[in-house]
Order: sequence, then C-alpha cells, then structure tokens
Amino acid sequence: MGKTTAEKIFDAHLVNEPFPGTKVLRLDAVLCHEITTPIAIDDLIRRGKDRVFDATKIKAVIDHVTPSKDTKTATQAKILRDWAHRHGIKDFFDIGANGVCHALFPERGFIRPGYTVIMGDSHTCTHGAFGAFAAGIGTTDLEVGILKGVCAFRQPKTIRFNVNGTLPKGVYAKDVILHIIGKIGVNGATDRVMEFHGPVIAAMTMASRMTLCNMAIEAGGTSGICQPDMTTVDYLWPFIQEEFASKEAAMADYSQWRADADAEYDQTIEIDVTSMEPTITFGYKPDQVKTVSEIAGTPVDQIYIGSCTNGRLEDLRIAAQILKGHKLAPNIRGILSPATPTVFRDATKEGLIDIFMEAGFCVTNPTCGACLGMSNGVLADGEVCASTTNRNFMGRMGKGGMVHLMSPATAAASAIEGVIADPRKYL
Amino acid sequence: MKTFGGPILFLDRSDINTDEIIPAKYLTEITKEDLKPYILEDLKLPGFDPKGEKTRNARVIVSRANFGCGSSREHAPWVFEVNGITAVIAESFARIFRQNMFNCGMAAIELPPADLDLIFTHANDDTVTMDIDIEAQALTVSGGGKQKTFPFEISPFDKALVLAGGWVDYADQKY
Repeated sequence: MGKTTAEKIFDAHLVNEPFPGTKVLRLDAVLCHEITTPIAIDDLIRRGKDRVFDATKIKAVIDHVTPSKDTKTATQAKILRDWAHRHGIKDFFDIGANGVCHALFPERGFIRPGYTVIMGDSHTCTHGAFGAFAAGIGTTDLEVGILKGVCAFRQPKTIRFNVNGTLPKGVYAKDVILHIIGKIGVNGATDRVMEFHGPVIAAMTMASRMTLCNMAIEAGGTSGICQPDMTTVDYLWPFIQEEFASKEAAMADYSQWRADADAEYDQTIEIDVTSMEPTITFGYKPDQVKTVSEIAGTPVDQIYIGSCTNGRLEDLRIAAQILKGHKLAPNIRGILSPATPTVFRDATKEGLIDIFMEAGFCVTNPTCGACLGMSNGVLADGEVCASTTNRNFMGRMGKGGMVHLMSPATAAASAIEGVIADPRKYL
Repeated sequence: MKTFGGPILFLDRSDINTDEIIPAKYLTEITKEDLKPYILEDLKLPGFDPKGEKTRNARVIVSRANFGCGSSREHAPWVFEVNGITAVIAESFARIFRQNMFNCGMAAIELPPADLDLIFTHANDDTVTMDIDIEAQALTVSGGGKQKTFPFEISPFDKALVLAGGWVDYADQKY
C-alpha cells in the first residue's frame, strides 16, 4: 500500500509512539513569534529549563504588533529578542528585517519538502505548500518543541483534492480555497491533512500554493500540503544550490515526499475550477461563501490588502494592475501592508507602491496588525472591511466590525467602487 | 492533577471560536491571571452574559460541534483555567484547542449529539452540576433530583497528560 505525503513525513520523523495513535515526531523547524512564544519562554525560565534543543532550527520574528504600540507589546518583543540573543538564535528578525511569519520564513528558504514544522500560530499550515507537514500548535507544544525538538500528533488522515480545469480570468488561489472551505465546512477537515493535486495546483506559483495551504485551518485542517515539483525547486534554488549538483538532482531527492499513486485517502474530492467565479465570504464563518456577483454592491468602509494569506508580491501585482489609474471611492479607506521587507522593496522597484499611493492607499510596514484587530487598521463598531486576510469571525478586525474575505483582485475592484465589486471587468 | 466538575455553563451553539473565547487584543497580556476578566467577551448568545453569575460560578462548559475553532492561542484554555473551568464537553473540538486543553492538564471531552441533547435539557436549571471521573471515563450529570451517567472515550495519551498535569514535564522526562 502506498503512502500519502504526510504518512511519509511521519514515518521519517517518528521518535516513538508512546500510546497507540499518538506519534511523537522529530522537528526540522520550530517557528516563533512574539505573541505565543514569550509565555513559553517565561514558563521555561520558571521551570529552570531555559534551554533550546537546537538554535539553528529555531526561527523567530516579531510580526504581530510591530513596531511595538505600547508597554505590553514592547515587553513581548523584548522577551523574544532577549531570548533569541541569549541562545544564539541567528535567524531572528527584528524591526527593519521583520515581516509576517508565514511569508518571511518561506522567503528565507527555511521550509523544505519533507520537513516537520510547528509554530504557535494556526496559519502554520501555509508551509505545507513546500511538501512539508506544518501544523499550528499551542504554547505548551511550542514550549516542548523549543526544549526538546519534538511534538506529539495523532496521525491525521488525508483528504485528497484533485483540482482540475483552467482558472478563469479573475479567479485565483484565494477563490479556490474559499470555494473548497464553503464546500466542506469549517470542520470539514478537522484532524485531516488537505493534500492538493491536479493541473491547477501544478500550474500555481509557490505564492499561490501558500495562499491555498494558508487557509486549510479554516476548514479545521491540520496542514495543507502541495506536492513538491520543479516550481518548488526553482523557488528554493538560491538556498539549496550548494546542497545539490543540479535542479534535477534536487527534484529527484524531493520526489521521495510525493504521495504514492496507490496511497489511501480518507476521501477524494474533485474540484473543477473552469466555471468558478470570484468568491467571497458573507458571514462570520469562513465557510459562509458566495460568488462576488451575488453580493456585489454591498457597501464597505475599509479595504485591507496584506497578511500571510495575500500580502506577497504577486498579490500586490494583481491588485495594482486593477488599481492603476483609479482612485479609492469617496469615504473609503485603503490599507496596504506588504507582507515582508523584500516584498515591500520589490513592489517599490516595480512601481506598485506608487500605484497604491496614487489611488489613496496608506502603506504600512509589514505586520499582522489589522488582520486580527491588534493594530494598524482596527475597525470601529459596525464597520465593514473588504479584506484579503483569512478569518472573518465576528469582531476579528475590531469589536463589532465585519470582514469579507476575498482575493486581492476583488479587494482592488471594491476599493475603486466603494462596494463589493467584481474584478473581472477591470482585467 | 486538577479536579473536574461542578456547575455547568451551557453554550448552545456550534463553532464557538477562539476569538469569541478571548479576543486577540488581550493576547498582549503576559500572565494567565491577567486574562481573567475577558472570558468569552465577544460571544453573543441569547441569555448569555460573559460577566454574569453563571459564567463566574461555572466549572464545566457544555457546548456543541467544533468547539474552539480558529486560532492556536492557548490563551483560550488559560482564560477558562483562571476562571476555574477545567473541562469542556462538546460534540467535537478543533484539533489545536483540544490538544491545548490536555497539554495544560485539562479535559476536552467529546460526547455523541444524543447525549448532549439530554444534558442540554438541564440548560435552564441553575442547580445542575457535573462530576467527571477521568480514570473511569464517565461523567455524571445531577439535576432536578435525578442523576445520569455518560461514558466517554479519551485517548491513553490525553489521559496520561491529565494525570501528569500537562505535557512539559512529561516530555522533558521522556525525550
């Protein structure tokens, strides 16, 4: 019997199975940010266990509230910063070099096919785009990961998604994943890995695959996983060229993590994107989705483009393409937060930032900020945001605020019209 | 080992998420105790008051499917812990929330919908209580002069975590 990608990774990283059904895995990367890590650090100190299992496998960033907005967030940043320095964690990203964790760490080449990755952040599932098993965990699991380099999991079953057809104009990875979540529901993949296959995924860039895998958790999924291929190798090549003689050699090695043809799946779901339309959420749960055309004309107060879901260069390119030569509709606020300093610089060089500013957008530094209502764009009671982020829970971007999740293209079209708008007429 | 049981807080809705349990703006608190006043602050349910007596007295929460979905924040179990709530009973849980509960030595217990329907018949009885026996894998609901016991499943690993008081000490000894 063949194996899924997650099964192969589990087998290769198994430390032991302390009880039937519970597998303790060796970790390749433990990622940390300043919201969930400081309490773990504090607890390790309190227990007299202020140690790290391997400083080279721990990566840390200050990203949720940065630059710090008050004494409390400054304290969280300081705890993380001091800890990183104390333990010689070289891959620590502070102001000037920091960006949204799930955009920054892949951009630095830290995630490789076959890796096990944890972080105290639910959107860690993003990194499965590289053919890794990447799961969000809580502070206690993070603490053990930092201390011992292991994490316990129930072995998840895998749902296979065959994504077929051709993406129509104005439809992107974000629309595909919103459609899938709408189809299977917010707990449709609980304790499951979502493994994505098919020509649509094969044709996607790494950025699009990250958008897709990023929202696996919104269906309850443990990790999204894409199959490593030449697109993966090309993306990683600057970081792996000393490790492999050629790209073909890298591909040959990474192929070991591709699912076997006779792997057994919990379910196989066929998705055809050919007639798919731009998709959007309308309620307070990520599975409450409609086509944009169904709710076009709904007024919004703020446009937000950024986050670990859609704050990468290709997202900014798509939005800028639509915004070029247009202005924000009257009384609409626009906020752009490029996800990393590299995205910011590249977007500046390409003239994209100019287009956003010409349209009337405020451009902020890379940060998670507004996505979870912590800073840089919190909504007032009763306000509505057209957002490229990943979660539309009631009050998520600010108490009493409402969020519609959508692609950067739909957000840009909505910016021009001041209401939810179909991007296809601008393409 | 923590104690489990006492007055019940009934939250009759599926998909209660971590942002409703503890909004992100409070994630800047450094100690668990500082989270205490903000329990379930953004949860809107008919008749539910996050600052009310029922919330204050509760030791157990009974809810429906997919409890704790959303963020990985362990602040969700912690805000329950510092308010004296050490167990949540639901039809199902989001993975990260469930594991966070056990990692903290608390209990996230699944019951079939039919059992939950029976327990929810007590939702308007302020005197109803629950006793949870982790070893015996059974919980007993007492109210209106009657008692009913429901068996439940718990994985051997999760049971070991509850008995050990959490994952950190367990892991540091074994790995």
